[in-house]
Amino acid sequence: MIFFETKALQKSFGGLTAINSLDFHLEEGEIVSIIGPNGAGKTTFFNLITGFYPPDHGEILFDGHDLVGLRPSKITSLGIARTFQTVRLFANMTVLENVMVAQHSRTKSGIVGAVLQLRSFREEEQRIRDRAKDILSFFGSRLAGYRHDQPAKSLSYANRRRLEIARAMATEASLLLLDEPSAGMNPRETKEITELIGKLRDERGFTILFIEHDMRVVRGVSDRVVAMDFGIKIAEGPYSEVAQDENVIEAYLGRKET
Amino acid sequence: MAVSRSPGTPALEQPIVITAFPSSAFDIRKSIRLGLIAGLILVLISAMGLVESFDDRMLIDPILSLGYVLLFLVPLLVGHIAGRLPPLLEGMPAPEHRPRDVLGGLVSGTVASILLALLVIATPVFDLRTLFINLSPTLVGLLTLNQGLASGLLLLVAIGATLGTIGSALHLLPDKWRSALVKSVTWVLGIALLQDLVLQLLRGLGLSFASRLIFTVTGGLSIPATVLIFGILLGAQLSIKTKGESLATRFARLPDSRKRRTLYAAGVLLLVVIVVLPQIVGPYISEVLDLVGLFLLMGFGLNIVVGLAGLLDLGYVAFFAVGAYTMAVLVSPSSPGFAPQLTFWLALPFVVGTAALAGILVGLPVLRMRGDYLAIVTLGFGEIARLLAQSDWLKPFLGGAQGILRIPNIPVGPIELHTPPQLFYPIAAFVALAAYTSWRLQDSRIGRAWMAMREDEDVAEAMGINIVTTKLLAFVIGAILAGFSGAIFAMKIGSVFPHSFNLIFSLTVLVIIIVGGLGSLRGVALGALVIVGLPELLREFNEFRFLFYGIILVVMMRLKPEGLLPRARRAREITEEERAQDVGMPVTATAADPGGT
Ligand SMILES: Nc1ncnc2c1ncn2[C@@H]1O[C@H](COP(=O)(O)OP(=O)(O)OP(=O)(O)O)[C@@H](O)[C@H]1O
Ligand SMILES: [Mg+2]
Repeated sequence: MIFFETKALQKSFGGLTAINSLDFHLEEGEIVSIIGPNGAGKTTFFNLITGFYPPDHGEILFDGHDLVGLRPSKITSLGIARTFQTVRLFANMTVLENVMVAQHSRTKSGIVGAVLQLRSFREEEQRIRDRAKDILSFFGSRLAGYRHDQPAKSLSYANRRRLEIARAMATEASLLLLDEPSAGMNPRETKEITELIGKLRDERGFTILFIEHDMRVVRGVSDRVVAMDFGIKIAEGPYSEVAQDENVIEAYLGRKET
Repeated sequence: MAVSRSPGTPALEQPIVITAFPSSAFDIRKSIRLGLIAGLILVLISAMGLVESFDDRMLIDPILSLGYVLLFLVPLLVGHIAGRLPPLLEGMPAPEHRPRDVLGGLVSGTVASILLALLVIATPVFDLRTLFINLSPTLVGLLTLNQGLASGLLLLVAIGATLGTIGSALHLLPDKWRSALVKSVTWVLGIALLQDLVLQLLRGLGLSFASRLIFTVTGGLSIPATVLIFGILLGAQLSIKTKGESLATRFARLPDSRKRRTLYAAGVLLLVVIVVLPQIVGPYISEVLDLVGLFLLMGFGLNIVVGLAGLLDLGYVAFFAVGAYTMAVLVSPSSPGFAPQLTFWLALPFVVGTAALAGILVGLPVLRMRGDYLAIVTLGFGEIARLLAQSDWLKPFLGGAQGILRIPNIPVGPIELHTPPQLFYPIAAFVALAAYTSWRLQDSRIGRAWMAMREDEDVAEAMGINIVTTKLLAFVIGAILAGFSGAIFAMKIGSVFPHSFNLIFSLTVLVIIIVGGLGSLRGVALGALVIVGLPELLREFNEFRFLFYGIILVVMMRLKPEGLLPRARRAREITEEERAQDVGMPVTATAADPGGT
């Protein structure tokens, strides 16, 4: 069975075609990056996959399910989680709570359990808390200790990006969609995030699709690179090939000339 | 928003200019400006009739009425503000107050009272009374302290100047003295103001004889009692050596077993207080407490909807009405259509059912609405509920404008609860239930989902939280709590009429939770006491109730936007936002934020 696939995906905003008959696929355990100039439709692609926008045509298949028309929360519970290009944490909740709340679809205790403090409720709370701590420990000292109880908005920019990844991990998805994970990071942090993406797959078993402008990250971890422009896939393959591709060079340099 | 600051340019264009440090707090222009503001306030409260109508209430018999307290408080406060030293940068040692700083208070107090004096002079000259009917000869007499126009006005200005000076001179006192003095005066005035409550408490405790010593027959504290109480309070405050530790920190240091025992003891104590309270305070104050309890019940419910889930519901009264009507129809023998004449307890499950249904019915159409739109639409639902109850269409069941009468009492075993002290118990029980439920839900899977939804609905959905069910759940829980409140209300009043369920009702509950502190349970409790309880005890205020709500709201938003007893989290949110605004930076964007791409 194909892990993830889109067929003839199409999305227009008014007269602007943001995604144009896009065929795309992912194998389980792959790390794939999407590159392309600004406005190429990369974020829109993520928004279509996660159910933020409905596509005009086309199919999105994941793990045997057709995702078109499903609620975003349903898609998440099927196993796709994302981060946002403009970091969107629950700013006034603590770091730990941000990760705890993301386990919502994997847990089930309700009003009654909470009010009566049933054993099942308390055990589940403990599990949620332990899992959240475990996920945060994945980031080493970055999100450890006293930071757990700080509001998310007090974090540094790089840490907010890390917390977004932690939150996505907590949904227990199998496929992570990361929208420009290294944006706003300094070179050292960029190197760190590159390694982290590798570890996400190697240690935690996630399949990863990420959008990235920083070619060091793209080259560093991608098994495969997909280049987009004007909503069309213009090249696909290993980094070395895509980087040499004429269409890709034109897409980037051509923009610069105009 | 049409004009928004682009994220890349934090407002560094506004340089922070550090001027030379002021040598003194006295700044004549600032003092005059403050004096003018205070003067306007004085003119306003006089022209609106507050001073005159509050003059009937004696606080210290026969020298000080509530009206005068109001008049005197303004120059005192403005003097205090005028005497404040300008803020320095954080972390710097505070400069010393010097005696000449009181000049600021003197000027402000004088200016304020001159403005009031001008009002008195201008009233007959320009025939202002045709505009402000409250500018009566009685008021003029009051303002001139019945000393004749010329000498009276001079006296008025002299008093204003003195009070302003005193207000700013308070800064010169050592902290301990100042706080003891202010607290003692507040307590004395509070005791005088809550005379009914104090009398009732004394009677309940079997100390009636004391009341004759403290209060005069015409009302108000007697002068010797005032001096005595003030002396005792001041002495007590000055002699207590401050431990510098709150109860909470001391509690936190206890070992776990002691902690549990302390909590247990506190619980038992609370229970005992609740049991004896209505007996001690008597029927009138029990009535007030009942009312506070009913609003508190609604406050807890709305706190879930607005405080936790962030859904601004302005039609909350609809659920209260549903609860009241469901109860009325099911228990009253004169219910016009369907009259099964159940008992209160048997009808309760149906109240839960109809309220929950109402929560879903209101929730479904507004699922996709946010913020202002949600507020307006729910406002409409509140009105629709009232109009439906009034309508001819439902008249065969709900009785139209005549409502439903003859609602029996609440039976508990062999007895029936119907006096205010008796009704206090079921109300307290439901309030406790609501408080406990809210408390447990706050830190649960559902509570976190509500908070996430409040923070960012789309992201919450993307993190696997089904917004439809989560939102409906908030509406349903909120509706059930309001339904309980309405059901007990119906039993208490003995009848229900459509006109009881108006917009003011929804707004009052909203004011309670905002004043108390959104999301904070203790805050909601305090809010209900202040917003519902106080005006009932201070009947003079009743006429001006909504004026006071407005003033309280504005003052709160300026001074303590997080509420009186905020939740720690909420306090953090607001104060940090304020601080960020102060330095001119958006909260979420940091210097490293590269904007969109
Ligand atoms: N909700 C929307 N409404 C209208 N137009 C949109 C919307 N979302 C995206 N677009 C347009 O679709 C095009 C693709 O946008 P998208 O955000 O997917 O670009 P991107 O590849 O992520 O670019 P960047 O690298 O700048 O993030 C852009 O021209 C954008 O203006
Ligand atoms: Mg993008």
